[in-house]
Amino acid sequence: MNTFMASSFGPALPEIILAIGVLVLVLVGAFMGNRSNWIIGTASFALLAAALLAVGLTPPTRTTIFAGSFISDDFARYMKALVLLGSAAAIALSSDFMEREGFARFEYPILILLSTIGMMMMISANDLIALYLGLELQSLAAYVIAAIHRDNVRSSEAGLKYFVLGALSSGMLLYGASLVYGFTGTVSFPGIASSLQGEASIGLILGLVFLSAGVAFKLAAAPFHMWTPDVYEGAPTPVTAFFASAPKAAAMAMAVRLFIGGFPSITESWQQIIVFVSILSMVIGAFAAIGQTNVKRLMAYSSIGNVGYALIGLATGTQAGVQGIIIYMAIYLAMTLGTFALIIGMRRGNQYVETIADLSGAAQTHPWRAFCLAMMMFSLAGIPPLAGFFSKFYIFAAAIQTGQMMLVVLAVIGVLTSVVGAFYYIRVVKIMYFDEPKPGFEKLPDGAQAVLIACSVVVVFFWLIPSPLVDSAAHAARSLFH
Amino acid sequence: MTIGLGHFLTVAAILFTLGVLGIFINRKNVIVILMSVELILLAVNINLVAFSTHLNDIVGQIFALFILTVAAAEAAIGLAILVVFYRNRGSIAVEDINMMRG
Repeated sequence: MNTFMASSFGPALPEIILAIGVLVLVLVGAFMGNRSNWIIGTASFALLAAALLAVGLTPPTRTTIFAGSFISDDFARYMKALVLLGSAAAIALSSDFMEREGFARFEYPILILLSTIGMMMMISANDLIALYLGLELQSLAAYVIAAIHRDNVRSSEAGLKYFVLGALSSGMLLYGASLVYGFTGTVSFPGIASSLQGEASIGLILGLVFLSAGVAFKLAAAPFHMWTPDVYEGAPTPVTAFFASAPKAAAMAMAVRLFIGGFPSITESWQQIIVFVSILSMVIGAFAAIGQTNVKRLMAYSSIGNVGYALIGLATGTQAGVQGIIIYMAIYLAMTLGTFALIIGMRRGNQYVETIADLSGAAQTHPWRAFCLAMMMFSLAGIPPLAGFFSKFYIFAAAIQTGQMMLVVLAVIGVLTSVVGAFYYIRVVKIMYFDEPKPGFEKLPDGAQAVLIACSVVVVFFWLIPSPLVDSAAHAARSLFH
Repeated sequence: MTIGLGHFLTVAAILFTLGVLGIFINRKNVIVILMSVELILLAVNINLVAFSTHLNDIVGQIFALFILTVAAAEAAIGLAILVVFYRNRGSIAVEDINMMRG
């Protein structure tokens, strides 16, 4: 029995720990009600830590279980670690927010954990069924989290919009999956890859287009980004921080596994789609953000732009490109979570404020917080020696190394749009440092402070010791190209 | 005339298109959107079962069963969010989902 467990379920141990833990926490919550908030909050950290440990102990060799539908390799381990850290940060950021706004519920950490299990399934999915189930577990939990502030009309509207557009996108993804299944005769990624020798049929290309549309929706890449600004603005700020971090990394990992694992022989077909989506995301992320006055909407357009940059790595389809994506997502998570930790600190006169004008003169009232936000903004704009510069550097370098005309042009467009993007990032810095000060904000909650410190250290000091992140990303990328 | 794979795929494609159009053209009621989502998922199921029979491979039917299960969960969550929205806004007309404009 023991050897059976070890051989067949071992690689899925992190998911199993989380799943059983969540079921126990649901029961605890159901019996104790909202008195159990504290216990469930602490226990969910412990579960995430245990899952992270289990991810660390998983052997780095490539193993498939459940008849090949679940795969564990270096890439999966790396991305799962990222997702677990992102989810833990999202729970930490919410610590005081929910009480202050009067909707502290024990369901919140539980839903985050459920969503995390879904994301880990997406990362490890090796066939279309596992991919769909992971995606739905992640999304269904996310729809509820968006509407968690149920007495607030904006939060419930965000949940409704997210639900309608998310359901449409999973429908498109499924339609694509059904066509791919029909024209290849299998749902497993290696099976699809080996059945695709030679010219791809028109039905398969159609399926690929629908699959890409569904994936782009989940990534919030243009032209399927319409939901992002509204959902980010309407959802409570810690929830927005969650949506902008871990699910992006998971969706990106899913896209990499799907396209590079499932369709390696028809790279040219999907490359065009990805290049188109990437250019459009970068341009919309850069230009639509300029007129925004709400910080959360600004971050929504920023995330659309960032997904566009990361997709350049996928468009290359090479090992260097995948390494670039992995590094990009790690640094993007640090930048976004750090920024949101500061947005959560924008509370004055017993309410949360979220316009850019509210930051005016923050450098005089809160020098350290303003400095951290300035570092995050410079990093998002891609100014050396901050981490954001290196994340873009690896992506653009991978695109140029391929020597393909289309990808070189893509990299050039990327550089141009990041110059445009620098305008609105640096405008935030200008408002903080050179405008008239407003009354100060309240003290930063402990959870947000911890996240802020961790993220600032990564963003500011990445250039001193880049090797742990870069080397492990190289290993992770290699495990996809064996 | 025998009914073959092509006919099933055509029906599924028509249903899928109807579902997508139902989401975008519908200007009245969110319940209609939920119905359209179901239509899309069922169109996919017809596709999968038709392919499964054509390929003589059981995986497509298993996939269809999973989709049915998830569709049920999705409808439950969608209706729950809709009820919450109705309590706050007093309406479920599509044109009233306009607190934020992007």
